Amino acid sequence: MIKHLRSAADLDAETATLILDTAGEMAALAGREVKKLPTLRGRTVVNLFYEDSTRTRISFEAAAKRLSADVINFSAKGSSVSKGESLKDTALTLQAMGADAVVIRHPASGAPHRLASWVDGSVINAGDGTHEHPTQALLDAYTMRSRLGTLAGLNVAIVGDVLHSRVARSNVLLLTTLGASITLVGPPTLIPVDIAAALSPATKVSYDLDSVLPGADVVMMLRVQTERMQDSFFPSAREYSRRYGLDVARMRKLPEHAIVMHPGPMNRGMEIAPEVADSTRSTIVEQVANGVSARMAVLYLLLGGKA
Amino acid sequence: MAHPRADTAAQQGAAKIIISGSDLQRVVDRIAHQILEKTSGATGTVLLGIPTRGVPLARRLAARIHAFEGIDVPVGSLDITLYRDDLRLHATRALGKTEIPGGGLDGRRVILVDDVLFSGRTVRAALDALGDVGRPSSVQLAVLVDRGHRELPIRADYVGKNIPTALTESVRVSLSETDEGVDEVKLFSGSEVSR
Repeated sequence: MIKHLRSAADLDAETATLILDTAGEMAALAGREVKKLPTLRGRTVVNLFYEDSTRTRISFEAAAKRLSADVINFSAKGSSVSKGESLKDTALTLQAMGADAVVIRHPASGAPHRLASWVDGSVINAGDGTHEHPTQALLDAYTMRSRLGTLAGLNVAIVGDVLHSRVARSNVLLLTTLGASITLVGPPTLIPVDIAAALSPATKVSYDLDSVLPGADVVMMLRVQTERMQDSFFPSAREYSRRYGLDVARMRKLPEHAIVMHPGPMNRGMEIAPEVADSTRSTIVEQVANGVSARMAVLYLLLGGKA
Repeated sequence: MAHPRADTAAQQGAAKIIISGSDLQRVVDRIAHQILEKTSGATGTVLLGIPTRGVPLARRLAARIHAFEGIDVPVGSLDITLYRDDLRLHATRALGKTEIPGGGLDGRRVILVDDVLFSGRTVRAALDALGDVGRPSSVQLAVLVDRGHRELPIRADYVGKNIPTALTESVRVSLSETDEGVDEVKLFSGSEVSR
């Protein structure tokens, strides 16, 4: 088993499948009265969050607690980071405290890679800059597999701001490893063609959502990062919504079995219409629940055995 | 559970068949009869196999009970990996399946089924796991082979065969469902088994 999970590229098909299978067993726990396992008793997991996050931090915290690990939540705000402490010094502090795993979210791409060279424990990337978010890709893959049965041969359309999306990057890497075909859809300014090719040569690119929908088994809508709207990647929110937003009329173009995913948080009415977000095809709430199972699986497989 | 080192032991030492295929069938029949006798007809009973080989054994017992008395005893499986006390001593293990039959375990008599009873630590883990999935009225234990060397105060209610072993020996159970059609129990002499 791998020691760190810094990138979805760390996972070969066999390891990724093992994580998804393990997540399936972990999911059974959610239906039980006692949602707790003694597996990681005595181990310490630190959530090291340099960026705001609700669902990812809570999801990792719930996952670690359900496995009986001790959880320390660290957020950069209100910590010595605001006094100027470097990531390395924070890492050495964690090392001295005996952290068995560090879950890190950081605005700088590559921060988990640096961290892994300073601590003995496992490092899990919970989102680094515009680089990667591998556990999100795992929970997405788990959700697709539980709804559609398999990942091999699936046509997945990832729609929106691919340029800034760590979710898209990790998903392309993981899903192609597991045999799915990916089409990136969005305005040309937000789809880095060279990067798409570098991630996976087979990845297709389209600028026309309507032509992609009839052949898609999964449509993954990405959040339009409103904080970047002023950078003029597209003329206006209305125009974006008209060309790349998933409304009811567009959803009808999808095959009967197709599902609609969104990593959240959503801009309702922008990239996704409220009726679509709340429809039976939408897996948005399932994705949150599956996030806990997928992260439990990662924590167990990274920390459960001999170090 | 049969010790995973049995394969290594097989390469090191001689093997002796302790239970052959036809004997194994008779042993399962006998345990099925004993369960019927001790539980007064197996009403309100659930058989829970401990993966890997406890599960097909539990299914065989249920099939024999059905053949003898026409009673359907629910069968499930209980994976104990996440409850083991030796996780840190080995590389990470893949999980097995936990499947609790419909109706749950509350108020029912649960019979845990495993292939080999050795240190008792697997059964201890299974008892912990059981506590998290329901509250049975009572718990019993059925094993195909009891090889001794207990490290915990645990004993089986139904034993297929008691086999006095040395710690340097290992027991390997093969079942046709999991071991390419072979039904037998072998004793290997070899290096001392770590537990």
